[in-house]
Amino acid sequence: MTGYIIRRVLQALPVFFGTTLLIYFMVFAMPGDPIIAMFGDRGVNQAVYEQLRAQYHLDEPFIVQYFIYIGGIFQGDFGTSFSGQPVADVLAATFPVTIRLAMMAVAIEMIVGLTVGLVAGLRKGKLFDNSSLVMSLILISTPVFVIAFVFQFFFAIKLGWAKPTVSGEAGFIELLLPAIVLSTLAVAYIIRLTRSSVIDTSGQDFVRTAYGKGLSRQRVVRVHILRNSLIPVVTYLSIDFGVLLVGATVTEGIFNVPGVGRTLYQAIIRGEGPTVVSFVTVMVLIYLAVNLLTDLLYAVLDPRIRYGK
Amino acid sequence: MANNKHMGSAASAARHEHFVANLADTAMAEIDAVRISDKPTNLYLDAWRDLRTRPMFYIAGILILIISVMALFPGIFTQTPPNDNCLLANSNGAPTAGHPLGFTRQGCDIYSRIVHGTSTSLSVGLIVTLLTMTLGIFFGSLAGFYGKWVDAVLSRAGDIFFSIPYILAAVVIMSVFSDFRNVWVISAAIGIFAWPSTARVLRSEILRVKQLDYVMASTAIGVSRFKILLRHVMPNSIAPVIAVTTISLAAAIVAEATLSFLGVGLPSSTMSWGNDISQAQVDLRTAPQVLIWPSLALSITALAFIMMGEAIRDALDPKARAQR
Repeated sequence: MTGYIIRRVLQALPVFFGTTLLIYFMVFAMPGDPIIAMFGDRGVNQAVYEQLRAQYHLDEPFIVQYFIYIGGIFQGDFGTSFSGQPVADVLAATFPVTIRLAMMAVAIEMIVGLTVGLVAGLRKGKLFDNSSLVMSLILISTPVFVIAFVFQFFFAIKLGWAKPTVSGEAGFIELLLPAIVLSTLAVAYIIRLTRSSVIDTSGQDFVRTAYGKGLSRQRVVRVHILRNSLIPVVTYLSIDFGVLLVGATVTEGIFNVPGVGRTLYQAIIRGEGPTVVSFVTVMVLIYLAVNLLTDLLYAVLDPRIRYGK
Repeated sequence: MANNKHMGSAASAARHEHFVANLADTAMAEIDAVRISDKPTNLYLDAWRDLRTRPMFYIAGILILIISVMALFPGIFTQTPPNDNCLLANSNGAPTAGHPLGFTRQGCDIYSRIVHGTSTSLSVGLIVTLLTMTLGIFFGSLAGFYGKWVDAVLSRAGDIFFSIPYILAAVVIMSVFSDFRNVWVISAAIGIFAWPSTARVLRSEILRVKQLDYVMASTAIGVSRFKILLRHVMPNSIAPVIAVTTISLAAAIVAEATLSFLGVGLPSSTMSWGNDISQAQVDLRTAPQVLIWPSLALSITALAFIMMGEAIRDALDPKARAQR
């Protein structure tokens, strides 16, 4: 087990340096001189210009700048947002809200996705199965922002069941509508995954044995079919995290949820390049960390992965 | 196997002539005979036959046909120019004769804008797909077939691109290229980060196929490695890539719309569904139809390609065929 953890962490290192280098290079390639941009139309004194360049390490070669930046990340310095606030501070203020929203979305995904998928799989080819398949196809092919607008229009503006935008506190009830919107895509995928996985498992010998030794249908479904169908769904949840991050950017922007996603969304809308990049970097780092954790967790759950290879 | 048995029984028939009837005279003859007249079948023929029994394939096919014609010849569907003659008096107006879906905020005809926006979405989808297929097939096949350090290097490189959610990556690229945004740049921004999933699918399929007996047989009779890859391994492992590619075309169309919605997509002068949806959001409360129609066009297009991809995937996968 220890060997596996060390191997997996070592594998993650080149990916970490590769992704940050890639993003950093894209910023480096960004046109325009940031120092001149700082002073606007009035122009800048040559001495001040030189000093600022040195202060921001802009006179160093690319690779040196990169390592200074990486060193900063390890010390908790993720850069400065456009308004002059450290990105780390903004993250500290906004992250809890996004985590709450994401947890709610994952809970909805699991409850709705698994239930509908299981029932559809057990009633293969029946009306419920077919209509849930069609529903999931429609959800998959509709972009998150369209779903967000449609839900906002019908449930908040037309029916008045919820407020169209979220207040600064971002309470549980308020976040329900954004969380549903955020979960829709994953719900559709989990329905389909669970369904085909349930159909697969139902045909296995051990299920026939379970029926053969006289177990009730309820027990066979709960203990033998459902539990064995969960494996691909668990794998999906780690992939889903990337979708959730992108989805949160759009959803939080539209519903005005005061989370990390909205901050990124507003920075994109206003064209604040450097802020966008620091936030994307942070999101990618979170994504990498989550993937590493799920892989390790997965190894705990499934011995085959630990000892394989 | 059947042939062996035949020979065995023939040999025993020679020794014990009076016990066993000549095989040709028994009812077994018909079963034992190899039916040479049957057409040879393969994965793709089977899949094609299966595909033609699926209603989803026809629905998706007809939709894709209509969408393609709309993209190539918008003049067939509408005579109204999408940008000229926009009257602000018509701003967010209800449908009138000749303008079946009403007007946008700028007073332009919504139906005409949807028809003329088709080619943008479709070209982004196609260019991204070509890019991801080329990169994905090239790197995926090399990594899977040559293994060892080639695989290690290519797979880690793919991981780097794979670990950045591609819309976030495209946001950064499009922010960098804020001065030259066009269909090519946005397609490249999406495609460069989308190829690893294609490569992964192909790589794992090649890892499976290259261990099969016929590959070993080709190696044994001295066929060159490259020729084995091209002639024997590729045709037998490309199937999942075809399905994934069709679905990723839909994903690319959605990605373009999302980027345009975020304001880092195509410039507002380019006609695109994403731009139209983005511009309609300010009037969501008063004129939701301006947002709904282009969204519907976008969803139907994505749906068509996803349905096609799923039909192809199920037809190519014997396990899914059995699930029906």
